[in-house]
Amino acid sequence: MDHEHASEVLSGYLDQELGLSEALEFERHLAGCEQCQQVYAQHRQLSAQLKQPGLRVEAPKELAMRIKAALPGRRSPWERLSERLRRWTGGRSSTWAPVGAMAMSVVALSWSLSLYLAVPSSEQRLTQELVDDHIRSLQFNHLSDVISTDKHTVKPWFNGKLDFAPPVVDLAQQGYPLVGGRLDYLDGRAVAVMVYHYKLHPINLYVWPGNNAGAVPHIHAQQGYHLAHWSTAGMNYWAITDAGDNELSGFIAELRAHPAS
Amino acid sequence: MADPINVRRFETLVLPHMNSAFNVARWLTRNDQDAQDVVQEAYLRAFRFFGGFRGEDARTWLLAIVRNTFYTWHQQNRGHAGDTEMFEEEVHSDETSAAERDDGPEAMLVRSENLQQVHEALRRLQLEYREVVMLRELEELSYKEISSIVGIPIGTVMSRLARGRQQLAVLLAPTNQGM
Repeated sequence: MDHEHASEVLSGYLDQELGLSEALEFERHLAGCEQCQQVYAQHRQLSAQLKQPGLRVEAPKELAMRIKAALPGRRSPWERLSERLRRWTGGRSSTWAPVGAMAMSVVALSWSLSLYLAVPSSEQRLTQELVDDHIRSLQFNHLSDVISTDKHTVKPWFNGKLDFAPPVVDLAQQGYPLVGGRLDYLDGRAVAVMVYHYKLHPINLYVWPGNNAGAVPHIHAQQGYHLAHWSTAGMNYWAITDAGDNELSGFIAELRAHPAS
Repeated sequence: MADPINVRRFETLVLPHMNSAFNVARWLTRNDQDAQDVVQEAYLRAFRFFGGFRGEDARTWLLAIVRNTFYTWHQQNRGHAGDTEMFEEEVHSDETSAAERDDGPEAMLVRSENLQQVHEALRRLQLEYREVVMLRELEELSYKEISSIVGIPIGTVMSRLARGRQQLAVLLAPTNQGM
């Protein structure tokens, strides 16, 4: 094992992640290499320092409580509040109890009203989910699971992965080359995503069966991204991109003008 | 999804990993309050996606969601969430209890200083390296688990760890001299 290779696998040796033969080879090199010995000793010390208890803390109790309370199948905050109210008023027979109860119900009423107002509509939730998913797709180098500019490669790739056949159109001639596809999980189901490019801007096109929107695409902006939503031929479409709204409507016009194959 | 069996399954498999989730979020965000928000959001997502959980390692699965949630949050907050955040709980208090257990006051002081420096060095480590170092050293995950959480090949886990440790060693060099 040469020095360059040895410094590459040093961490693996330290973490006991090398196979037996590679570990032995590394040890042979280590025995005769002062530089590697130094680095190894240094990294071991570091590893021990990072194991100190103060670096890792437990989750705060109130966080655990908040998360547990948010799970369905538990008593709602409303139920817990009214129970506490009952206990509070039942516990003392003072003449103040009705006043307290009334105050509590005013608090509870305004609180539940604000909860009601704060709950986003399913459309808003889906839009947020799309924006999140789009951002995520750009981040982890996981824009495409199948990389191909050929619709005859992209389309069969979805076979057996979805319970529907997404329409795949190539728009390279129109300035929107198809660069790949992937599967995603959205709104509680698996969806097909076709990835197109406009110049340097990726456009994610989400498709799944349904008829949830009108036939006319409606474009809007969120967090600097442009989104469009429409339904046609029994499929829901969502397109999202960081390109401008003109580019997005151009893309949609081309997409709708070219039949899928 | 909301049927009681699934809720109970979620509670048994996923809830117990909250400490891990919080620790990972805390070292990613470098801020206790943000870490709480990220973990809470991650649990909501985890619950929503629990139907897609195929019984592989629940901790790895959850930590991948925590990490994704963090990156979404990070992307949205870039710009306003600068480097001004501090952990709310001061390191000394954690360390006092840890160090009191064995050594005398002098050793305690040395240790406490050292912890402070290690803490600060890890905080300053670039995100890309901080996450693999933290997953390996603090969460004690295998390369395979880290690879699936971060979404990089095992070889890349190894080389990032090497580079991350090298950078940490540089950051800690003044502290570790003479030790």
